[in-house]
Amino acid sequence: MSIISRGFRGRRRDDGGRVPPGQYLADDFPVLSAGPTPRVPLDRWEFAIDTEAEQTHRWSWEEFMALPAETPTVDIHCVTKWSKLDTTWEGVSLDVLFEDVETAAEYALVYSYGGYTTNLPLEDLLDGKAWIVHRFDGEELEPRHGGPARLIVPHLYFWKSAKWVRGIRLLNEDWPGFWETAGYHNYGDPWREQRYEGD
Amino acid sequence: MRRLAWRPAELVHAAAETETARTLRLRVPDWPGHLAGQHVDVRLTAEDGYTAQRSYSVAGPADGDLIELTVETVQDGEVSPYLTEEMRVGDQVEIRGPVGGWFVWRPESRAPVLLVGGGSGIVPLMAMIRTRRQAGSRVPFRLLYSVRDPGRRYYAEELRRPEPGLDVSYLYTRSAPEGLSRPARRIMLDDLAEGGWPASFEPDCYVCGPTGFVEAAADLLLALGHAPERIRTERFGPTGG
Ligand SMILES: Cc1cc2nc3c(=O)[nH]c(=O)nc-3n(C[C@H](O)[C@H](O)[C@H](O)COP(=O)(O)OP(=O)(O)OC[C@H]3O[C@@H](n4cnc5c(N)ncnc54)[C@H](O)[C@@H]3O)c2cc1C
Repeated sequence: MSIISRGFRGRRRDDGGRVPPGQYLADDFPVLSAGPTPRVPLDRWEFAIDTEAEQTHRWSWEEFMALPAETPTVDIHCVTKWSKLDTTWEGVSLDVLFEDVETAAEYALVYSYGGYTTNLPLEDLLDGKAWIVHRFDGEELEPRHGGPARLIVPHLYFWKSAKWVRGIRLLNEDWPGFWETAGYHNYGDPWREQRYEGD
Repeated sequence: MRRLAWRPAELVHAAAETETARTLRLRVPDWPGHLAGQHVDVRLTAEDGYTAQRSYSVAGPADGDLIELTVETVQDGEVSPYLTEEMRVGDQVEIRGPVGGWFVWRPESRAPVLLVGGGSGIVPLMAMIRTRRQAGSRVPFRLLYSVRDPGRRYYAEELRRPEPGLDVSYLYTRSAPEGLSRPARRIMLDDLAEGGWPASFEPDCYVCGPTGFVEAAADLLLALGHAPERIRTERFGPTGG
């Protein structure tokens, strides 16, 4: 029972099946966040993984930059309907960061400079599915896009890819983050259009 | 949790807001109501089943089953030209919402409010102004509204009428009317220092508009000492601005 909008034709593009339902291709790189852009000086930047056993693994900017880097090229999908294909990033796979982390936790709460949080199952961060990146398209990551470093989890809506990332807390129980508490879907799979709570 | 349903919505009235923007009044049966600042998703379906969706802020409080949107035509856009040029009274779209629980103003709130809008970013801010009026709130509001030239102002008539506790200032970026001392230029520190509230008043700041505008305005508010957690932003549209 779909309602036809008389006179609407739309603009179709052949995207080879790479654009999830309800999304359109953006040529530019829109920005969405809930407040002002935090600016984090590199000498004070750190990234931490806190386990459920209260062990903390920490990296300074220098230590982080010394880790083996990858340059993933991925498609990204924002819940505000734009998708971008073949974006290229540079950063460290979460698999590398988790090498020495001992955990039985199932959930991760990602937190950022500026107070943002987002949650996801830990398994969605591992096995080549996620990176902490510091370069976009060959350039240093601009603050408005989450620089100095952000998370990238391309298979979920982009609000899960926390900007200005500061750390990950591992939890035995799921703990909804900022948008997840504000009515957005807890998981956020773009292919299943999990935009809002209950989708 | 029930899924947010798509509801049929029928255009009952439309009026030009500016040369490039149009205000649409839609009837959405069983509309549950919304908060000032929230948006809806609009879905268009072509005869062959092709669909496109975009988000639009609601421009005012709900009036029973009626909601109002104001849409700016984006050249070569897929959805906005349909809403501003093609759609006629009686035509239907689908709507779901309301969405967004962060960029909202509630009439119970007591903090002074600073609204900073650029272009179509005025829409959710206007919902806050109208909600304040409807609720009889006396919370002091200041609106700084940045537009290219006087012809681009939305809601110009309504904002011209004096309203106790609401100050409105325009910031023109390309051409200002004769007789203004402020030259046409993008938003600057002085604009927010003079037209806003001192940070010590701890106002709630709502900034909405194109990305470049929101970035600039939010950075200036931080520079003036406003706490980041009191600055709520909503970014419409591309990075270009
Ligand atoms: C939460 C939210 C609330 C919004 N509320 C409103 C509102 O109240 N009123 C309103 O008019 N719009 C609003 N928007 C923007 C709206 O959702 C669409 O992005 C806009 O109408 C353009 O859609 P389109 O299909 O016409 O253009 P598209 O086909 O998406 O874009 C065509 C071209 O125009 C560029 N473009 C896209 N958006 C803009 C823009 N806003 N300005 C300039 N260029 C653009 C694109 O990058 C692209 O190159 C809101 C967006 C969000 C996320």
